[in-house]
Amino acid sequence: MAAQTLYDKLWQQHLVSEQEDGTALLYIDRHLLHEVTSPQAFEGLRLANRKPWRLETNLAVPDHNVPTTDRSRGISDPVSRLQVETLDKNCADFGITEIPMNDIRQGIVHVMGPEQGATLPGMTIVCGDSHTSTHGAFGALAHGIGTSEVEHVLATQCLIQKKMKNMRIKVDGQLAVGVTAKDIILAVIGELGTAGGTGYAIEFDGEAIHTLSMEGRMTLCNMAIEAGARAGLVSVDEITIEYLRDRPYAPQGEVWEQAVSYWRTLVSDENCEFDKEIVLDAGTIAPQVTWGTSPEMVAPIDGAIPTYEQMQTDAERKSLQRALEYMSLAPGTRVNSIPLDKVFIGSCTNSRIEDLRQAARWVAGNKIAENIKLAMVVPGSGLVKAQAEKEGLDKVFKEAGFEWREPGCSMCLAMNADRLAPGERCASTSNRNFEGRQGQGGRTHLVSPAMAAAAAIAGHFVDVREA
Amino acid sequence: MKKLTEWQGIVMPLDRANVDTDAIIPKQYLKSIKRTGFGPNLFDDWRYLDPGEPGDDHSKRRLNTEFVMNQSRYQGATVLLARENFGCGSSREHAPWALLDAGFRVLIASSFAEIFYNNCFKNGILPIVLNEEIVEQLFAEVLADPGYELAVDLAKQQICKPDGEVVNFQLEEFRKQALLEGLDEIGLTLQKADLIRAYESKRRQQVPWLFNAPGDI
Ligand code: SF4
Repeated sequence: MAAQTLYDKLWQQHLVSEQEDGTALLYIDRHLLHEVTSPQAFEGLRLANRKPWRLETNLAVPDHNVPTTDRSRGISDPVSRLQVETLDKNCADFGITEIPMNDIRQGIVHVMGPEQGATLPGMTIVCGDSHTSTHGAFGALAHGIGTSEVEHVLATQCLIQKKMKNMRIKVDGQLAVGVTAKDIILAVIGELGTAGGTGYAIEFDGEAIHTLSMEGRMTLCNMAIEAGARAGLVSVDEITIEYLRDRPYAPQGEVWEQAVSYWRTLVSDENCEFDKEIVLDAGTIAPQVTWGTSPEMVAPIDGAIPTYEQMQTDAERKSLQRALEYMSLAPGTRVNSIPLDKVFIGSCTNSRIEDLRQAARWVAGNKIAENIKLAMVVPGSGLVKAQAEKEGLDKVFKEAGFEWREPGCSMCLAMNADRLAPGERCASTSNRNFEGRQGQGGRTHLVSPAMAAAAAIAGHFVDVREA
Repeated sequence: MKKLTEWQGIVMPLDRANVDTDAIIPKQYLKSIKRTGFGPNLFDDWRYLDPGEPGDDHSKRRLNTEFVMNQSRYQGATVLLARENFGCGSSREHAPWALLDAGFRVLIASSFAEIFYNNCFKNGILPIVLNEEIVEQLFAEVLADPGYELAVDLAKQQICKPDGEVVNFQLEEFRKQALLEGLDEIGLTLQKADLIRAYESKRRQQVPWLFNAPGDI
């Protein structure tokens, strides 16, 4: 058999049928749901008098709308409350397993899934959420879908798909101390552009990738979508397997052994061909900071915002101007001189235990700077929060002046009460710096947890390699 | 699914690259549990000067007269002309729902983000990809000619300009058929129920841990 990429294997193993034009019916092993993109899908099922095809593949959790402050009295915003209650009701009516808001396992869907072992190598995983690409870190084919497809998967356990192309991003060598997976992916997006991955499944490979923890790999694959690719992938290795051992939904005992020997086959064959390949040297990657309104508008911490003279075309000049106007920044500004108002450590990109540990290291024994109006940590799940508290990280953050919150999406997209006021500037560990993303008129700079924490203490961006 | 065969309408130009789904429909409106009613909030942050929340009377908000949607010459537009990577960002189908609710049935750009592109077809919206020169040319023509309209014939995969010039466009056959016939995709897939079951029983042998008892995941 010809050498295959990991994506080729996953695709082939899930084909239910294929037409001559390449349109295929692909089987879905795991369907994750949250409250924002599912209500209309359930309504569709009811209207057509249809039932879920295979109940046990579905797992739901509310995350986008949940408050991150005291939840004992429920959600005060009536519109958010209705959406979460609608998820509760839909899951109860159709018999779908849901982790409700006040369960300790509740969290951002892309944190909860892997944590529970509901994300396994070799699966196809979908969710009505573009950051489903996160789960590709486990050697699974995972991508976001719209609400019509949520309904399609519920009703048929399949999706109508066309095969993507293969891209490999190889990161050789080792990262400098203080440089993380977040910096790799931001540097990649800076190189590739936000549409550079369109039409591809991106496999991340190379020494710098396979030495990353699962948390780091999830951060990488999470932002494949910001490079335009629906799916990111990392092939299975010992680190993948060790992460999954004894997770609640992972196979146990004899079946575990059987699963592991299958999982070990989930790697791209030697000599397989990729349609596009990019090679980076990890040693040259500096901590990254976005300065504009698209994730590709990014610069190294020791760099500067571009100038109009550096732009090649009129369109580029126009978009630079628009972005800088919105961000209220001048061309040529040094990245480390940008002052901040708020700091947000959280989101499905960077809210796992390792992220919190990295941030805490910068915070320990310090106080947040005077110009920082609010610095908050929002753990990715109740279990991450509990683990962090066991390690005393909550105290480290609180003593420095950070707020320590309940898990959820929070100020990643500001659907709940956590948001920026117009004009406020935020260092954020999330994944999107679009206009208004963290609150209307708010200005977002995307960074790693270490960079966000160090910025909270200094009041502006600093180079975490220089400690 | 809504059908679309032929379409003619006023063209509204949106001269920005990388228009994301947060710009198309901001997050506060995603709290709705319906598919309709998003029209007044299409491009909300650009369209209004004051902030809006679900349940507000949006007709009372202050309009940003600079924004194309508020200019009289583009009233009633049903064709949107945009730049590269339109619809990037989230998977929210609320983005095509908002466009549809505001009357747009045809979108033209040099590229679209994948999930958004796919979501359009599920809602009877035709996203057309044209090369950058043609898009540039269309921008120039729309700006020069108030009331500029385009006519689209999906079966022929053609756009007809006011001067009679015809532009051909590409699109995958299965998407075209689904839109032309307004197919119920779920119904079609369910016709293959036997194939799906056959796949499942084969898979159950190979990866039994994915087929535990119901509720057990
Ligand atoms: S944390 Fe942000 S990006 Fe992740 S699922 Fe929630 S809203 Fe989406």
